[in-house]
Amino acid sequence: MAKVTQLNVNGSPRTIDADADISLLSVLRDQLELTGSKYGCGEGQCGACTVLIDGNSRRSCITPVGAVGQKQITTIEGLAQGDRLHPLQEAFLEEAAMQCAYCTSGMIMTAVSFLRANPDPSAADTSHSKEGNICRCGTHPRIVAAIQKAAKALGQSMKESSR
Amino acid sequence: MSGKPDFQIPLERERYELTVPPAYRFEIDRREFFKFLGAGILIVGVLKTAHAFQESGAGRQPGESLPKEIGAWLHIGENGAVTVFTGKVEVGQNIRTSLSQCVAEELRVPVSKIQMVMGDTQLTPFDMGTFGSRTTPTMSPQLRKVAAAARDLLIGLAADQWQIDRQRLVAADGKVTDPETKRSAEYPALVKGQQLTQTISAEDSFIPPNQWTVQGQSLPKVDGRDFVTGKHRYPSDQRLPEMLHGKILRPASFAATLVSIDTHEAEQIPAVTVVHDGNFVGVVAPSAEIASRAVKVIRAEWKAEAQPADQDLFEYLKKNAVENKDSRGNASDEAAAVEKALASADHRLQQTYTVSYIAHAPLEPRAALAQWSGDNLTVWTGTQRPFGVRSELAEAFRIPEERVRVLMPDTGSGYGGKHTGEAAIEAARLARAAKRPVKLVWTREEEFTWAYFRPAGVIEVTSGVRADGTIVAWEFHNYNSGEAGIRTFYDIANQKIEFHPTRSPLRQGSYRALAATANHFARESFMDELAHLVNMDPLDFRLKNLKNERLRAVFEAAAKQFGWGRAKAAGHGFGMGGGFEKAGNIATCAEVAVDRKAGKVKVVRVVTAFECGAIVNPDNLRNQIEGSNIMGLGGALFEAIKFENGRILNGRFSSYRVPRFSDVPAIETVLLDRKDIPSAGAGECPMIGLAPAIGNAIFDATGVRIRSLPLVPTGLKEG
Repeated sequence: MAKVTQLNVNGSPRTIDADADISLLSVLRDQLELTGSKYGCGEGQCGACTVLIDGNSRRSCITPVGAVGQKQITTIEGLAQGDRLHPLQEAFLEEAAMQCAYCTSGMIMTAVSFLRANPDPSAADTSHSKEGNICRCGTHPRIVAAIQKAAKALGQSMKESSR
Repeated sequence: MSGKPDFQIPLERERYELTVPPAYRFEIDRREFFKFLGAGILIVGVLKTAHAFQESGAGRQPGESLPKEIGAWLHIGENGAVTVFTGKVEVGQNIRTSLSQCVAEELRVPVSKIQMVMGDTQLTPFDMGTFGSRTTPTMSPQLRKVAAAARDLLIGLAADQWQIDRQRLVAADGKVTDPETKRSAEYPALVKGQQLTQTISAEDSFIPPNQWTVQGQSLPKVDGRDFVTGKHRYPSDQRLPEMLHGKILRPASFAATLVSIDTHEAEQIPAVTVVHDGNFVGVVAPSAEIASRAVKVIRAEWKAEAQPADQDLFEYLKKNAVENKDSRGNASDEAAAVEKALASADHRLQQTYTVSYIAHAPLEPRAALAQWSGDNLTVWTGTQRPFGVRSELAEAFRIPEERVRVLMPDTGSGYGGKHTGEAAIEAARLARAAKRPVKLVWTREEEFTWAYFRPAGVIEVTSGVRADGTIVAWEFHNYNSGEAGIRTFYDIANQKIEFHPTRSPLRQGSYRALAATANHFARESFMDELAHLVNMDPLDFRLKNLKNERLRAVFEAAAKQFGWGRAKAAGHGFGMGGGFEKAGNIATCAEVAVDRKAGKVKVVRVVTAFECGAIVNPDNLRNQIEGSNIMGLGGALFEAIKFENGRILNGRFSSYRVPRFSDVPAIETVLLDRKDIPSAGAGECPMIGLAPAIGNAIFDATGVRIRSLPLVPTGLKEG
């Protein structure tokens, strides 16, 4: 079995020791202690394990660690810049878009990738983009509202930085 | 083991440093408490009025134990830190926040100063569990009393120091002030050097809701930042040095017994330990992947039993009903009265309703981390009953409860589905064999299969009504699903209402709102049928038979907001349902759009009016109501467990449909704030009106009456 010995996670190279066929999620959680990505189903159905690979949201529970190579992985732990939360994290807090919050990191990571491709989405498009993420507590309308709010905040900061 | 605990260990309360040496014995001893928490003041709230006493001075009565019937306690340290201890647990209902608000209100300190220690069997007072919407009506008042007593004690300390009448002093913003002289002292200054204990009973008064300043406000989740950054450690995120991973070999079907087993191949895998103890077979390995691999190569032969399938479920439940021995003596009188009233009614109607088994499917499956130290066991696990799981563990391992400590980190939800300690027992059994800490996280399939289900049920309703819409007779039989919400809140002269326990083909247990969902579905669907029978508007028909003012108020409020009676788009229908449960009152109106050709039913709008007394946190209450509606949507429309011969056939998210974003309707919530009524819990009641409202709306749109939950698991068939 081929082995994987290194991953680029949250901007740093990390040393690991994993068979190539085990899931990226297991490596993140068990070897790198990045437990913000959650196990929810193991079949890519619930989205709780979502991380970014080169900026695109991926289900880490069905991504073999051997398929990642030298690509950049971003997890929920790598989203804030120091003490400054990402606008999506801020918006989820402001909209109280969580109850048990077990789905939250996956919701946020899916939305990071979605907003990058859709900077000014409609509520319907936002809702549609979350179809692969399960929230059992039923905070769906708040999650949509939080993403819409973050989109505005991100758009604003883009404008400011381009001035 | 000696009774002397070792308090030299630095403890991070609540989210314990998992590197600390093993559990110690924490005796409830006043002196030890101060050694552990540091000097300060300690307020202990007793459940039953024992002897109330106040004691001053350091160690004047050495060795005095605290009362046993404790509900909660609160400590204020010399640095002003407020630590509150309660056996309740956080599963997403946000009681860590709402209980902090109660304490902040009475103690007059910012919420940020308060730390809640929850659900740790060693540090928190005994608690039955977090269920039945009991936290707000029972734990909130206890904490408020404890906090109010602490406030009074602080005022007393200031009065003593300044040698003035305590009546002159007020507590606010974390300090005691004398308004006349403007002299003030911060709480930490008052607490410094003290070791005061006060035990209070339930008689003290507290701030009435119309004077609340912290309660009644929409405070965000107190530790929300930990959740959006991935920092919070759920039970499945816990770890210990030297920790191994466990995996259980599951039987081929329910109730199967192990006939033979060959573990040779599994044992050849390096660092794998196989544990075989009766029907229990599990492995321990350095990683979860190796553990899974090892379990796969165990060859086991199981003896299965023939068991019913979901197609035969309702017949099975009726056939296996046990005669209800609890039936009151006047049952035959009731039956005779109902019989007579039915004979005199202008219209009679009899219908049968059914509800399927459904799964809680909490997004975090069961997980546990177990560690033995000699005969002492510590388990971190996600459960709504940490003390109940402690008992389960003590029984399973035949050790006294004092040797078991269960800790419950804030968990990825429960919905009534995490009352039991299966994963805790399994992890502990593996850890005992491995002589190392073992973590076990159930897979989604295991959670779907080996947890327990919301009971299925059959409900038969017979009623008679006069031409003017007065219901004169009501007979209601529930088979298996349960008694919660079984009594009708409509005013009906002759009633016979019975619950019939039956054998259940699947393991069943509590589920958010219990049987109130099934009983309200049957009752409120039937009310709609009766209304049509006498040609009355469903709202008018309900109000004609309903005296309860609180219920009338929510029905009227929901109908008003919804625009009951306004014109509908083609293919759309309106329906309503409501009721009373766990001291809350709910009415729900739903609008559905039905595409007959495609067989599609879409719930487009839901309006809920809810009243649960004085509202503690309006936004969190809205969040709970929205969540109840969305979770309830699944059980109403499409969730059902398929099973056959002791196997679950759809135990995955790819085969068991739960509500997703595209299923979610527009949800509007009307809150009725009754400051004159004690606050009730709100995590359950708001879901009970939804299923009948949708069923009634489907009838309104199509003329098709559906009497089973889920209503449209595969869409609405033409016909």
